[in-house]
Amino acid sequence: MTLLGEFCLWVALLLSLWATAVAFSGRWKGRPDLSASVSGAVYGTFGALAVATLALWKGLASHDFNIEYVAAYTSRNLPTGYIVSALWAGQKGSLLFWAVVLSLFAALAQLLTSRRHAHLLPYVAGVTSAVTAFFVCTMLFAANPFERMAFTPADGRGLNPQLQNPGMMIHPPMLYLGYISLTIPFAFAIAALLSRSLDTGWIHAIRKWTLVSWLFLAIGITLGMWWAYVELGWGGYWAWDPVENASLLPWLTMTAFLHSVMIQEKRGMLKRWNLGLIIGTFLLSIFGTFITRSGVIASVHSFTQSNVGYFFLGFLVVCCILSFTLLYTRWPSLKADVQLESVLSREAAFLFNNLLLVGIAFSVLWGTLFPILSELVRGSKITVGPPFFNRVNVPLGLLLLGLTGIGPLIAWRKASPANLRRQFTWPVAAGIVTALVLFAIGARDLYALTALGLAGFVAGTILQEFYRGMRARRRMHGESAAVALARLVARNRRRYGGYLVHAGVLIYFVAFSGMAFRREMEATLKPGESVTLASPFGHTYTLTHVGISQFEALNRIVSAATVSVAKDGRSQGLITSEKRQHVDSFRRPTFEPSTEVGIRSNLQEDLYITYAGSVGGTEEAVYRFTINPLVWWVWFGGFVLALGGLITMWPGGGAALVSPRRVEPGYQASLAATGAAE
Amino acid sequence: MKAGHKFLLGAGVIVASVVVLIAQGVKETGVYFLTPTELAAKTSADPSFYDMGLKMGAKVVPGSIRRAPDNRQIDFEVSDGLRSYPVTYRGLVPDTFTDANDIEVIVEGRLGRDGVFRATEVLAKCGSRYEAVYDEAKA
Repeated sequence: MTLLGEFCLWVALLLSLWATAVAFSGRWKGRPDLSASVSGAVYGTFGALAVATLALWKGLASHDFNIEYVAAYTSRNLPTGYIVSALWAGQKGSLLFWAVVLSLFAALAQLLTSRRHAHLLPYVAGVTSAVTAFFVCTMLFAANPFERMAFTPADGRGLNPQLQNPGMMIHPPMLYLGYISLTIPFAFAIAALLSRSLDTGWIHAIRKWTLVSWLFLAIGITLGMWWAYVELGWGGYWAWDPVENASLLPWLTMTAFLHSVMIQEKRGMLKRWNLGLIIGTFLLSIFGTFITRSGVIASVHSFTQSNVGYFFLGFLVVCCILSFTLLYTRWPSLKADVQLESVLSREAAFLFNNLLLVGIAFSVLWGTLFPILSELVRGSKITVGPPFFNRVNVPLGLLLLGLTGIGPLIAWRKASPANLRRQFTWPVAAGIVTALVLFAIGARDLYALTALGLAGFVAGTILQEFYRGMRARRRMHGESAAVALARLVARNRRRYGGYLVHAGVLIYFVAFSGMAFRREMEATLKPGESVTLASPFGHTYTLTHVGISQFEALNRIVSAATVSVAKDGRSQGLITSEKRQHVDSFRRPTFEPSTEVGIRSNLQEDLYITYAGSVGGTEEAVYRFTINPLVWWVWFGGFVLALGGLITMWPGGGAALVSPRRVEPGYQASLAATGAAE
Repeated sequence: MKAGHKFLLGAGVIVASVVVLIAQGVKETGVYFLTPTELAAKTSADPSFYDMGLKMGAKVVPGSIRRAPDNRQIDFEVSDGLRSYPVTYRGLVPDTFTDANDIEVIVEGRLGRDGVFRATEVLAKCGSRYEAVYDEAKA
């Protein structure tokens, strides 16, 4: 199997090098046979890498512990699901996973792109094949997943217990899918530059791809937060860890692109900026991979230090030089068609939004790299942590939240006073009322009041948009409210899906602000002893230590501590937190012990219990009790955001695809008159 | 004023506030990350490094770990091979902090004038954490 797998890697390398060479030589122009051979090589690369992936899976499933990767990440007693996910649990396997998914996306890009953009496709194939070739090279020369050892261990080491979590089966692939799919928009951008087809054609070709990668990144990041929350046991979901930051960076710049690209479509502005954003986003995804895999910056999520990092650093530098040089040579032909007419316009709101998103991305990048930069410049390493990121990003984030409310309401080109009055009266009132009500019930924290007031304003914006759209449909068609709402969204998926995404972001903001009010205590308790903990919502929890039990499960020895919970004097049942020592099939311990936290979640707050060990082997237990307000809303915000994203990209939507006989001039006109239409 | 100029003004305000926020943030929240040897050099050159909030990265000296009976205080020694410091920490240590021989720790806190490092946070990373132990057995 390893022979077949390694052979397939070589085949994939040769095919992708062929596609790269032919595509960039330009010889395919006027030679349909050569163009066909380029896309043929792309399909072939995918085929070869798919076989290689199956070969590695076969090795994992058959417990062939002579393969180093199999021995390092699985064991005989590992549940089957984790044998599947072991493919991407380690450095080498995840490189193969990356390569195969990239080649799949490259093949889909060749297959699904409309024939209108056929002149771009060989260049697209060239870029995707070059990136694929890089990944295959890295595997063959630095991290071969099919490497065999001189001996065969009786059992493998097993999967890291923190990765034995259902969320962990889907979190990395989601993030990878996001990272990897960023290559396709990048490839189209480079193709447009190379072929000098710098109209909006390439932008239409990549619309779905940008949404797909944005959505996968968003889902991946949210699942990552969830994993950190339930598995790492420190009580929070976001620690501004370098690897977390690395996943946030391309998401931020991609969010900026999704907005600024609308300006290019509508007004022919920002061509250079958009190309820069796409190129920058791709580079950030490679940078993130470099951070995760090189061990340059210490992180809980990273793989161990290895020379794979140098490969990525070299690749990053080469990509950076080549793509920005190319952008520079095409600079003059990327002049904007029109100038900005007014700062009171949607264009300006979007531009400010872009600046803020890029500013946030820059500050996150700066903070992440600061230990390295300060060591280079000043000779001693200085680190910045969560206080830095919160300090910088809370004000910027609040400004951005405000723009989320302004952008959808303000008119294109130049907003008239009448437009401002009609659009902003209700949302602004909603924001002010929210802040006043909170002030009246005793909230005094300035940041929280600002955040929630702005949240009220944005919520007002979104509701007003839905309400006015629905009312217009009801007037025109006499539909019931529910039908009108459903059709409104179905016929304008990009727009109303986008508003749902805004709603999701809004929920995130509110949920994040809850963490400012978390409560925490540590306690050492004998069985029967209890402590009380007050929540920021005014509840009092009484936590009584019941006892510790020991038992063995499939691949671990467990010591479980149980607490009985009463909220305001009413019993809420038991919560258990476990210390686990994983063992292999010979009952030898593998990895250090891990903690499984106990969580009770409701709409207001999470009670989060960590068992930190017993006192001298008795039944006296050490606990950390945490109350995390509004955490449920983080996951709900993620769900709303993902739903909105799906609606936006669902095939067949959008005004452009409304068939001619269904175009309703009166309806369109009335929407335009209310200023609600784009 | 033309729209372009007004926009540039707004953009300038945003860029400036990003720069100011970053500069202030680094100045007020940045902490030194030092090895024990570097910390010793800094304190002998400039006594203000005593009682200053900073981070120290080093290895735990094997056998030096002493846990309080209630598990909520831990004393140990860290070293980079040249210089070592006793560390005391009150709180719960992470799972990764074990009695194994090769744990690297990052401790955040202050070095007192008595030479004891009082940690407010302890992060531990086991050398073999995510990677296989079979490297030395390779042919």
